[in-house]
Amino acid sequence: MLYREAGQFKATYVEDSEIFPIRQDKFGIALILAAAFVGIPLLSVAGILADYTFTAILTPFLIFALATLGLNILTGYAGQLSLGTAAFMAVGAFASYNFMLRIDGMPILGAFILGGLCAAAVGIVFGLPSLRIRGFYLAAATLATQFFIVWVLTKVGWFTNYNSSGVITAQKIEMFGYTFDTAFSKYLFVLSVVTVMALLAKNMVRTNVGRSWMAIRDMDMAAEVIGFRPMRTKLLAFAVSSFYCGVAGALFAYAYLGTVEPEGFSLDLSFRILFMVIIGGVGSILGSFFGAAFIVLVPIFLNTFTGFLENTVGIGLPSGISSSIELMVFGALIIFFLIVEPHGLARLWQIGKEKLRLWPFPH
Amino acid sequence: MKFIKKALVAAAFATAAVSASAQEQFIPLLSYRVGPYADGGSGFFGGVIDYLSLVNASGGVNGVKLTWEECETEYNATRGVECYERLKKSHGGASMVEPLSTGIAYGLIDRVAQDKIPMTTLGYGRSDAADGRVFPYVFPLITSYWDQAAGMIKYLADKEGGFDKLKGKKIVHLYHDSAFGKEPFPVFEAYAKQLGFELIKLAVPHPGNEQQSQWLQIRQAKPDYVILWGWGVMNPTALKTAQRNGFPREKMLGVWWAGSEEHVIPAGDAAKGYSSMTFNTPGNYPLLDEIKKKVYAAGKGNMEDKSRIGSVYHMRGVTAGILWVEAIRKAQDKYGKGKVMSGEQVRWGFENLNVDEARLKALGALGMMPTVKTSCLDHEGSGAVKVQRWDGKAWKAVTPNWVTGDRAMIRKMVEESAAKYAAEKKIAPRDCSKEG
Repeated sequence: MLYREAGQFKATYVEDSEIFPIRQDKFGIALILAAAFVGIPLLSVAGILADYTFTAILTPFLIFALATLGLNILTGYAGQLSLGTAAFMAVGAFASYNFMLRIDGMPILGAFILGGLCAAAVGIVFGLPSLRIRGFYLAAATLATQFFIVWVLTKVGWFTNYNSSGVITAQKIEMFGYTFDTAFSKYLFVLSVVTVMALLAKNMVRTNVGRSWMAIRDMDMAAEVIGFRPMRTKLLAFAVSSFYCGVAGALFAYAYLGTVEPEGFSLDLSFRILFMVIIGGVGSILGSFFGAAFIVLVPIFLNTFTGFLENTVGIGLPSGISSSIELMVFGALIIFFLIVEPHGLARLWQIGKEKLRLWPFPH
Repeated sequence: MKFIKKALVAAAFATAAVSASAQEQFIPLLSYRVGPYADGGSGFFGGVIDYLSLVNASGGVNGVKLTWEECETEYNATRGVECYERLKKSHGGASMVEPLSTGIAYGLIDRVAQDKIPMTTLGYGRSDAADGRVFPYVFPLITSYWDQAAGMIKYLADKEGGFDKLKGKKIVHLYHDSAFGKEPFPVFEAYAKQLGFELIKLAVPHPGNEQQSQWLQIRQAKPDYVILWGWGVMNPTALKTAQRNGFPREKMLGVWWAGSEEHVIPAGDAAKGYSSMTFNTPGNYPLLDEIKKKVYAAGKGNMEDKSRIGSVYHMRGVTAGILWVEAIRKAQDKYGKGKVMSGEQVRWGFENLNVDEARLKALGALGMMPTVKTSCLDHEGSGAVKVQRWDGKAWKAVTPNWVTGDRAMIRKMVEESAAKYAAEKKIAPRDCSKEG
């Protein structure tokens, strides 16, 4: 009833090739974007939302969603398992830093794009093994990326401008004479970048590029037989995916942490992003956001909740134990969701939509 | 739904924070008690809480009670930043922060300057933050990695009988292959050139649980000393591999992250005779007895395992607690006794710390830590370290006095590095002659 596309006819090609062909979707996306761009800022002006919401919750959520989206393009759409996500993020962050540092008057967005392109180039190089090996073996090969990049960034002083602590400090984000230095303005900046890139991704996966990825994913032999060139397709997937991860890494350094060390982009981070993909939904743009929300926000929520129990209800636990319990509950939740829906939260949402289509008459 | 709940929780927090008494000085504790570094985190933050409880039990700082809230960071930069942002405004505002994690500290450097909350980084983090003109809100109190490296060379020289005796010697720097392990390079290199010893740098990839090839190289090189700049599991592995390769542990000197009970006990016998740097003198002090008597006897102690009271990490936590409370006390001297200090006022306190021997004696901690005297120029305040040896059961101090390296040389390096940072970030350094 609520979500029925019956009766929505497409009369022109333009209408037919819209990113969101169903009216309800269009409406929903418009509503979400309006809430993110207008609603939340209004709440902030009204003083209901503090800086905390932007800088500690929404900004990291959006950045991780972008990185997850990048990995989802590679793993979810093109079927190439990768454990090098954090390394590509590191390339993006360190490359953007160096472009900003070494080229006078470099616009920040230009540095991000160039940083992303550097990540894409690295992605292509390290994607080469994917032409010969697949599945878990490829995952092991991409591990090399992870270790190699972090090693190079620590080893070669030039990348960190010979900083004695081996870290980079992101320059200010300035555009058109405006400095994005408050939590709120950084949030808007990240939101704009992520919105544009997510819409581009949503569009890309339904073009021939995206379809060729899915063909390769589903059966690369068959895809080759019907005329897709595996080398081009796979390397393109690596390039686009790494570009997204690179931009996410640059945002991570510029709009979130400020000072980053190569070790910050460790294998742990790669795994975390892979979990976001798996929990959110493999091969789903929306799922990337769900996954990032789950992994980033649930532990914070659990921590706030135990704090709440201790402060108001008065159930005090020794600090070590409450931390361990949080970790256990989080693990249990992951297992629960994977049992209920092995295809991730995006699939749950899809099932929900199907129910809504029939509701209130289930037959 | 989740969002509504969260909003409710946040609202409840906000009201709770307002209703909490205004006469409390709030300190957020970004602790980690789970994850790979939980042993260090639980000891350090346990020590901090024990000392703060002791201060409260004795009536607070001029009547102002200290209050704190812990937030689990899991040593993870994202979680740490979230904790900081969550707690910085609660209970009337945070007066300081100490993440005990390099990654989190980096994420906070810009934020603390913006929020005007001082951050201490005891014995880790950016060495160049000691230049208070460029880093007004960061305090690498007592010693940075660079001062420690200089202290190591000084100690080895003393052991040999003078700086000139190091000429022609071979020293291996066995380091964790990360920014942390490479941080002392400039210091060691400068000393090697100046004193004429041969420096051999050997990297151990993270996590460091396999070091056979490095130790084979060490065996071939036959060095006079091995400096172990290790982290976590790398330390016991190094000790065990050294024993297997017949390298005497007496010739090994560890960084202070390689010098706690948690690192030597897993190595068992292999650790006997090994020494490491520290900025506390191991032993028992009246202050620790007081903590046992007033805090633990009242059931308010934070350490579950009471045998860890006075352990290296616990004592380091107590040391941090002392410096924090002294900074608050100092700030109260200037801005009004018995009042709650703002972050900015506590920052002034940190910048004008003067914890001398008389003060340490009054606290019952004479000899436990070096004296600390900070200024606008020098946010480190000491630079003194000590060497301790593991006798198989306990750490024992080797050097009766505090060891300091060539502080003038380190200072020059700090200023150069800080100036570079200031140029990159386009910060105009403060003029210290104008600071009150």
